[in-house]
Amino acid sequence: MSEKNSVGLVKAKLAQFTKPLKLTSGKKLPSYTLAYETYGKLNAKKNNAVIVCHALSGNHHVAGRYKKDDKYPGWWDNLIGPGRPLDTDRFFVIGINNLGGCHGTSGSMSINPKTKKLWGSDFPIVTVEDWVNSQAALIDHLGIESLAAVIGGSIGGMQAMQWTLSYPKRVRHAIVIAAAPNLTAQNVAFNEVARQAIITDPDFYNGDYYRFKKKPKRGLRVARMLGHITYLSDDAMDSKFGRKLKNKNIEYSFDVNFEMESYLHHQGDKFAEEFDANTYLRMTRALDYFDPAIEYQGNLSKAFKKVEADFLVVSFTSDWRFSPQRSKEIVKALLDNELTVSYAEVTAEHGHDAFLMSDPHYHGILTTYFKKIANQL
Amino acid sequence: MSAQFRQDFSVIANWIPFGAKVLDLGCADGSLLKFLEGSLEVKGYGIEKNDAHWLNTLKQGLNVIQMDLESGLSGFESQSFDVVVLSQTLQAIHNIEKIVYEMCRVGKEVIVTFPNFGYWRHRIQLIQGQMPVSKALPYEWYNTPNIHLCTIKDFDEFCIKNKIGIKERLILTYGKPIHFMPNLMGELAMYRLVSK
Repeated sequence: MSEKNSVGLVKAKLAQFTKPLKLTSGKKLPSYTLAYETYGKLNAKKNNAVIVCHALSGNHHVAGRYKKDDKYPGWWDNLIGPGRPLDTDRFFVIGINNLGGCHGTSGSMSINPKTKKLWGSDFPIVTVEDWVNSQAALIDHLGIESLAAVIGGSIGGMQAMQWTLSYPKRVRHAIVIAAAPNLTAQNVAFNEVARQAIITDPDFYNGDYYRFKKKPKRGLRVARMLGHITYLSDDAMDSKFGRKLKNKNIEYSFDVNFEMESYLHHQGDKFAEEFDANTYLRMTRALDYFDPAIEYQGNLSKAFKKVEADFLVVSFTSDWRFSPQRSKEIVKALLDNELTVSYAEVTAEHGHDAFLMSDPHYHGILTTYFKKIANQL
Repeated sequence: MSAQFRQDFSVIANWIPFGAKVLDLGCADGSLLKFLEGSLEVKGYGIEKNDAHWLNTLKQGLNVIQMDLESGLSGFESQSFDVVVLSQTLQAIHNIEKIVYEMCRVGKEVIVTFPNFGYWRHRIQLIQGQMPVSKALPYEWYNTPNIHLCTIKDFDEFCIKNKIGIKERLILTYGKPIHFMPNLMGELAMYRLVSK
C-alpha cells in the first residue's frame, strides 16, 4: 500500500478525567487518563466519528507514524487513511488505549492518585463494559454525541458490540470482526495458561515487580508465544514455516532448530520488551468475562433487544480461535431482533490474524460498508 | 438482466405483501431484493455464498448473509419471515428436500421459481440428441451448475409427496401466463407454497 494514502505523522494525546468511573466489579476509579489519537477531521455536524477498538496487545496508535523513520506504522494502518477503506477524508477516526493498558492510559504502570505511588497489582480488574464507558467519557470530552461507527477485531469487536448494548442511541453502526459473543472454554483455557506463565514467573512479585525494578519477561514471552500459535491457522504456519530448519541441520539440542521456533522466540522476546505483564493479565481477563447474554440466561437474542445500530459482522474461514460459527451466533441474535445486518465469511488462510491483513476482498467489504455509512452522514 | 427475469420479479412482487419481511435465498447481486425494497418497502435479507455476488449485494445497500444454503437455515428461527424466496436457484441445489423443508419452516409463505425442463424447446433439443441449452438454461452440459433439473409435473409430485401445499402456480413463457399444456408450453414455473 502506498505511503501517499497514509495519515502521515501523528501525535498521541492524553485526556484526563476527574469524574470517578464506576467499574463492573463494584470498585471505582477515582480519576483516570486515556491516551488516544485521532485522524481526519470532525465535521460540522459532528456525526462522522468512528472509534477503532484495539485487541489484546494493541493500543491507541492505530495509524500513521510518530516519526518519519519509525520502523512500523500504527497497528491497523492498512485500514485507515485518505482513500483507504476507513477514509479519513470522510471520517474522524479515534483510537483509544484501553484502561489497564500500558501505553499512556491509566493502568498498573501509572500513579494511583490516592497513594501517589504506582498502581501495580492494585489497579482494578476492568471489563469490556468499563472500557466502553470510559470511551463514552472520551467522546463526551471531544463534544461528540453519537458515533457513525465503532469497529474492532477480536476483543475490539466485542467492544463494538458492547457499545451498541451500553449506548444504543450513541452508535449507528457496529463493525464486528473475528469476534464472538463470549469466549469458549478452550479460549478461557488458553488465556489461563498465558496468565499462569506470567504469574509463576519469579520476577512477577504478585504484580508489584516495578518496585523491584524487575519484569516477568519470561512469563510474558511464553504467554505471547502461546497467543501467536492460536492466532495462526495450521495451514498458515505450514506454508510460512513448514518444518524448515534454521541452520539446515538437525542439531540434537534444545536450542532453536526449527524456523517456527525462531519466529516464536522473536515474537515473544519483542513483546516481553515492549509490553507490560499486568496489562496482559487484565486484557485476557476482560476477554474471559465478556458475556452480554449472561444476564439473560445465556439468551443473546434477548440481550440484543435494546440494540438499535446496524451491523456488519465478518469472520474468517481459518480462524479457529474466534471461529465463523461464533460470529453466526451474533448474526442470529441480530436477525432475531430484525436488525439490519450483513455477514461475510471471508476465505482466508491466516487464522485469527487475518483481520489485520489487507486481503482485497476483505478490504472491499470494509470499503463498501464505510461508503454506505459515509453516504448517510 | 433479461426481460424475462424482470417478469419473474413482477410476479414475485405481486405475491409479497407490502412491508413484508423477506428472505431471498441465493440472492445473486441482490436485484430482486432491491426491486422489492423499492416497490414494496420490504425488510429484506439476502443469502449468498459467492464472494463477488455477496459484495455486489452489499454495494446495493442491502442486508446480505454469507452462507451455504446446503447447510440449511439453522441460524433462522421458525416462522420468522413472512416470505422466503428461492428464485431460479432450486435446480442448482444438492439437497432439495432439505432446503424446501427449511424454507417452509422459516417462512410463513414460500415462493419457488425454476426453469421448466419439460418446455417443448428443451424436449426438441433432447429428441435431436443434445442436452438443452436455452435462455433459461444457458449452460453447456459440462459447465452447468444445474444438477437437479425438473419439469412442472415432477415438482407437483414432489409437493404432494412432501406434504407441501401449492397456494398458487403460475407458468410463464416470454413473460406471458400459459394455461394450455403448461408442462409443455411453459418456460418458467412459479409456485407459492405453504407447509400443510
